[in-house]
Amino acid sequence: MSRRIGVVVFPGSNCEADAMEALEGLGGEPVVLWHADATTRGVDAVIVPGGFAHGDYLRPGAIARFSPVMAAVADFAAEDGPVLGICNGFQVLTEAGLLPGALQKNRGLEFLCTTVPVRVETRRSVLTSGLEPGAVLRIPINHFEGNYTCSSETLAELRAEERIILRYVENPNGSLDDIAGICSPARNVVGLMPHPERACHPLLGSTDGVALLRSFLDAAARRSTGRAVSELAPRPSTSRRDPHSIQTS
Amino acid sequence: MEAALHRALGLTDDEASDIERILGRPPNHLELAMYAVMWSEHCSYKSSRIHLRRLPSSGAEVLVGPGENAGVVDVGDGIGAAIRIESHNHPSAIEPYQGAATGAGGILRDIFTMGARPIALMDALRVGPLDDPRNRWILEGVVSGISGYGNSVGVPTVGGELVCDPTYSGNPLVNVACLGLLPVERLVLGRASGVGNVAVLLGSATGRDGIGGVSVLASAGFGADGGGDGDADKRPSVQVGDPFEEKRLIEACLALLDAGLVVGIQDLGGAGLTCATSETASRGGVGMDVDVAAVPRREPGMEPFEVMTSESQERMLAIVAPEDLDEVLALCARWEVRAAVVGRVTGADGRLRILDGFDGPVLADVPATSLHEDAPRYDRPLAGAGATAASPQAPPPPTDAGADLLALLVDPSWVYRQYDSQLFLNTVEGPGGDAALLRLKHPTTGRDTGRGLALTTDGNHRWCAVDPRRGTAMVVAEAVLNLACVGARPLALVDCLNLGNPEHPEVMRQLSECVDGMAEACRALGLPVVGGNVSLYNESRGTDIDPTPVVTVLGMVDQLERRPPGVVLAPGTVVVLLGPRTVDLGGSRWAAGTAGGGRAAGPLPALHLGRHQQVCALVRELVADDLLEGVHDIADGGLAATIGELVARSGVGARLGQVEGHGELFGEGPSRVVVCVAEEQLAEVLRRAAVVDVPSVVLGRAGGDRLVIDGLVDLDVALVTSAWRDHLPAALAKRR
Repeated sequence: MSRRIGVVVFPGSNCEADAMEALEGLGGEPVVLWHADATTRGVDAVIVPGGFAHGDYLRPGAIARFSPVMAAVADFAAEDGPVLGICNGFQVLTEAGLLPGALQKNRGLEFLCTTVPVRVETRRSVLTSGLEPGAVLRIPINHFEGNYTCSSETLAELRAEERIILRYVENPNGSLDDIAGICSPARNVVGLMPHPERACHPLLGSTDGVALLRSFLDAAARRSTGRAVSELAPRPSTSRRDPHSIQTS
Repeated sequence: MEAALHRALGLTDDEASDIERILGRPPNHLELAMYAVMWSEHCSYKSSRIHLRRLPSSGAEVLVGPGENAGVVDVGDGIGAAIRIESHNHPSAIEPYQGAATGAGGILRDIFTMGARPIALMDALRVGPLDDPRNRWILEGVVSGISGYGNSVGVPTVGGELVCDPTYSGNPLVNVACLGLLPVERLVLGRASGVGNVAVLLGSATGRDGIGGVSVLASAGFGADGGGDGDADKRPSVQVGDPFEEKRLIEACLALLDAGLVVGIQDLGGAGLTCATSETASRGGVGMDVDVAAVPRREPGMEPFEVMTSESQERMLAIVAPEDLDEVLALCARWEVRAAVVGRVTGADGRLRILDGFDGPVLADVPATSLHEDAPRYDRPLAGAGATAASPQAPPPPTDAGADLLALLVDPSWVYRQYDSQLFLNTVEGPGGDAALLRLKHPTTGRDTGRGLALTTDGNHRWCAVDPRRGTAMVVAEAVLNLACVGARPLALVDCLNLGNPEHPEVMRQLSECVDGMAEACRALGLPVVGGNVSLYNESRGTDIDPTPVVTVLGMVDQLERRPPGVVLAPGTVVVLLGPRTVDLGGSRWAAGTAGGGRAAGPLPALHLGRHQQVCALVRELVADDLLEGVHDIADGGLAATIGELVARSGVGARLGQVEGHGELFGEGPSRVVVCVAEEQLAEVLRRAAVVDVPSVVLGRAGGDRLVIDGLVDLDVALVTSAWRDHLPAALAKRR
């Protein structure tokens, strides 16, 4: 059983070292996945970390989605591989069509760096499998474009399929339905705006990110032994959608 | 023609004849342009240099002192900490977003030029009152600029200051400090060496932005409308920043240094390519040929003088051995960083030659050292008294001390919430506290050393207007006490002297006094000054700003085992004032606000540096031994602001007494700190204070929903909290 976690690095990424430090602290083995290489290097899970991939030029994730590595990440996700997008990584995953919806500018049109309470809504995802629904975690947010939005059909689907995994207790950015994090229909692809890697050390003020990243490492371990990554979370009956058909607003 | 030209470029007639003497002939236009930027006040420190020599700069832990791109101190385990502070005042007055953004970008390059990865920024912001829309525009632009650039480039902004005062109307101060870490063996200096080595220009193409930034913009005051429309024609002298380019440049340069592929490296900041080529050549005792045609450009038709003096951002000059060139180019390509060979290191004749093609015509030919070492040094006349006279009469007592207390409270979180303050997982204490505290991890292995680095940025124009010498000493003292509040001992200081027009003898007197006050305090507190910046010509509408030396002090926590107590008022704890009892109101914000019509009168309260040292050591020890539940120093706004902030931040009241009238409440006497102590630790805290002869007085106890200071203040906690929290958003008309 291994827990090799690929951490994607685009030009402009800046949370990759933090993600790797947090993973190592929890027994994971981080591996850099360079944006220009179309491979996931046989890892057990992938993290798309925070930062400003390609400077967020045009809009966050809009250029990064065309990086060669993202095709490999999409293949990995399609094969039930655990994929986690944090902050800019979440934005990249929505632009790449691996998650529905889009992240628009915060209500108030200001960047926000602060620690907020978020509520766990389900344990049926590779990020929340080890947590009790209703648990409230204190996790830092750090974004300008974290205001989640999607079509009303998508929202209905997310709700019906229990794919909203984290909600803000006090909505800081105007996110639709207080959404802080969602997962894919197969529950192996997860995106969230809060930064769990910033809440893994007692000196930093919160260790509430540990349980999230541990769940993700457990999913990686399950994958390395050939088990379904979301075995705690049986796949819902709805069929997988073509990601490119998803409307983003 | 030449007389008009050199004056238009900012050179005096005497300076122009010096240049002619150095060259033995009249300079051509390109040469004149190069001298004009290099001999500008901003680049040459021609008015301040003779004074700066009086600052102490040596210490056992100092690896690199003033004069390089950044100071470097040894912080153990083979780690060097590089630190520097820079001003970007005038660009921020004209074009706040880009002015502040490029201020952050420039200081970052100074740090990674030394081989250090930048890990923290601090920003000290001073603007005019926010009831003026132009000042709001400046503050909002500056904050977005730092946020937009700093967050994107991936360096956390971990602290700073925000001061609003009429002295900065029309001439805001934007000072940015940066801390970086390097493995000591990677330390590099901006030197060219090895005849035949090549100079490679990395990063952005060169455009027409920022031409004359150091001379036209930074080294002259603003006109009658104070940075207003009359100065709008200087806007092209403001550079435009691209944080994504800078991010790739940082990664590429650090990778080049890790791979040992460069022999010297220098950032391009003020005075652009002229400065970078002449400084590297001059420091290395060599000459350099620069092919101006090889410089990648943003637009056609640029004149050589434009290329040589452009301050386009995000550029570095690397000196590379020819056999390593291919590897350098490949590494830059990986990070999508443009790289072009623009120069060659030449012999010891020390000439800097600008050519149109390496085999083409010579466009300029000057001794490289003459551009900075031969820059004029002025011993400008000093005049005026250093300190203002004692105030003729004491200000009348307050009619409502509670209302005066509320007016002092400002929560700056609207500013710092816009900055990523947490990146790199180091930030133990972020913005808003007395000092920032960061975990110290090895910059390449990531190994946690178990120690911490603390950073604080401090300034106080009111103190320095009353008495530049003692005021500056008090600023240094306050910074050291701020560090003590997070358990840190001071290691090194960098300073930014923001002053008015050096051609005004009173301003030169202020500069001289500030330097002396800083030197006195630093000597007494054992604090080396490892770098600095001088920003002059801060004036508008014919009025100089109040002298505003800003210091950034780096400190060390030798064992970082737990978070420091922070600015916290825990219910049930005992509130104790440590330090001398003082009722002097000289230089205080309260005195300026009530009696002084904005001007604080003298004299300043006494500062005893030896006693101050003891108070700092005591606080440090109390924090280290986990004897405190909360701590906050007393400075701007006095005991009133300290107590008010403790109450507002915690939403907890207090019942206090023993305060000797409004003098002790609002006075800003140094060496004082308020600590909150659990009942069972009280005897020990008081005993330790007594052992080192630091006066202590129990003011009362925290708890309840009112803030009561016997005979002076009785306020609802909710009112204190809302006054503090809503002050800035209301001034900016922001919804929360």
